[in-house]
Amino acid sequence: MSLNQLTIQQAHKGLKNKDFSAGELTEAVLEQIKKRDKDIGAYLTVTEDLALEQAKKVDEKIKKREEIGVLEGIPVAVKDVILVEDVKCTAASKILENHIAPYDATVIKKFKKAGAVIVGKTNLDEFAMGSSTENSAFGITRNPHDLERVPGGSSGGSAAAVAANECIYALGSDTGGSIRQPASFCGVVGLKPTYGRVSRYGLMAMASSLDQIGPITKTAKDAKIVLEAISGKDGLDSTSVEFKNKFQVSSFKLQDLKIGLPKEYFIKGLDPEVEEVIKKAISKFEKMGAEIIEVSLPHTEYALAAYYIIMPAEVSANLARYDGIKYGLSEKGDNLLEVYLKTRQHGFGSEPQRRIMLGAYALSAGYYEAYYLKAQKMRTLIKKDFDEAFKKVDVIMTPVSPTPAFKIGEKIDDPLQMYLSDIFTVPINLAGAPAVSIPCGKVGQLPIGLQIIGKHFDEEKILDIAQAYEDFTS
Amino acid sequence: MKLSKQQVEHVAKLARLGITEKEKEKFGKELSSILGFVEKLNEVDTKGVEPTAHITGLQNVMREDRAGDTNREQREKILKLAPKRRDGYVKVKAIL
Repeated sequence: MSLNQLTIQQAHKGLKNKDFSAGELTEAVLEQIKKRDKDIGAYLTVTEDLALEQAKKVDEKIKKREEIGVLEGIPVAVKDVILVEDVKCTAASKILENHIAPYDATVIKKFKKAGAVIVGKTNLDEFAMGSSTENSAFGITRNPHDLERVPGGSSGGSAAAVAANECIYALGSDTGGSIRQPASFCGVVGLKPTYGRVSRYGLMAMASSLDQIGPITKTAKDAKIVLEAISGKDGLDSTSVEFKNKFQVSSFKLQDLKIGLPKEYFIKGLDPEVEEVIKKAISKFEKMGAEIIEVSLPHTEYALAAYYIIMPAEVSANLARYDGIKYGLSEKGDNLLEVYLKTRQHGFGSEPQRRIMLGAYALSAGYYEAYYLKAQKMRTLIKKDFDEAFKKVDVIMTPVSPTPAFKIGEKIDDPLQMYLSDIFTVPINLAGAPAVSIPCGKVGQLPIGLQIIGKHFDEEKILDIAQAYEDFTS
Repeated sequence: MKLSKQQVEHVAKLARLGITEKEKEKFGKELSSILGFVEKLNEVDTKGVEPTAHITGLQNVMREDRAGDTNREQREKILKLAPKRRDGYVKVKAIL
């Protein structure tokens, strides 16, 4: 096994035992990027110097027999919508093509303090808008399991980088499924934490009532390690909350576990082969002693519609800042209005433009109540559905996506078809709950992800359950 | 729900987005189809339901209203990003 294939846990153990150095580990990852990324296209920027410099610092510490932290010296890839000071951050958009981040995001500050080795910035759908990473202004990313297929999105670069061993782990962001769906398509673990668990300071905002940063890793245990490192209240993100920062081993027993299967998720439109893989995975939990209970989330079919009002409305407000005045692309014009119009016409790709217009429409005079307010009321009903279900069960399990990774180009010309690939992930963002995607089987050579959804702030539990599944099936 | 060309022009202007004649037609069609899809929400009676704006129920998170320390280096980094600047300010075209 080469070093770049290791998990965080394995790499940490190796560094501590001096089986290899942080420099060697980082070199192995950089080597793999050079070898493999021509085909995959996971990275937009590789920060080789920054990475090697940081690895060297860790090696000096190890030489001096100092204790090292669990992320210290371990190479991580960061979605290119999270700021790393003095490194280009583009959001995969022409409007930020030459944008140099003036400060670190809070998660990056935490990483740097923990001694993490940042190897580069990964590709995404422009401003995290999309489900295939085809909307990037700087080229597509390919699925490492089948180069003719998409890696999912919008954190497609991060998921592909982990799957292709071009890093040890990665960070993504998830507004409607953007961590879980690519994790599912690429056969890796992806966690969307509870809304508020991780500070978004320094994450380019898309839809602020939904956005969360989370880890993409090779194992559930690794996801837990990363979550512990990045979570907590931050004065710079007023939506972040303090929650017992002690990460204990949760005390549940699988024999006492009640798993809910929402009938609204096993419907026409779910690929029968995907359904078979999911059902088989769930039957393994039954074998481990868990009880499977059918539950109902009656407003599921309205979640995507509510999402496609709330999200674009927030997008239209958040993307107003890209105006050609403060930073980014600035087109010339005879007056201020012309500068705005031209900058945003030439800087944004068609998906952000579509969502900005949709949001502006939904918020415009005379339509606010019919659209935005209506959608927010629906959001209340969706949240209540989950509250009711969680009175009966500990966790809920569903597919992550109705299909395996689709072919490049298959859905790019039909926005609505593309949106439908998030039908099983969007409701969880609306409810603010945590959910993890774990690999649970394959259709042909294409990985399938199982989604485990928990109550608010129950990340430890869903990750322990994920780990129990990994242990049982390995 | 079908958006007219005038409506598309109006929304694009609200959003400060320049679009071509061809795009007006394309966006008109696409936005109409998405709005048609979200009409689905009207199947559910939401009378008396409270809207959710914030999912974990936080309210009015306050901090002391005090200026932080000035960080000259960072200030310079941020100003350097501006397309046009003068005397330590971001330069904007005349509004009137």
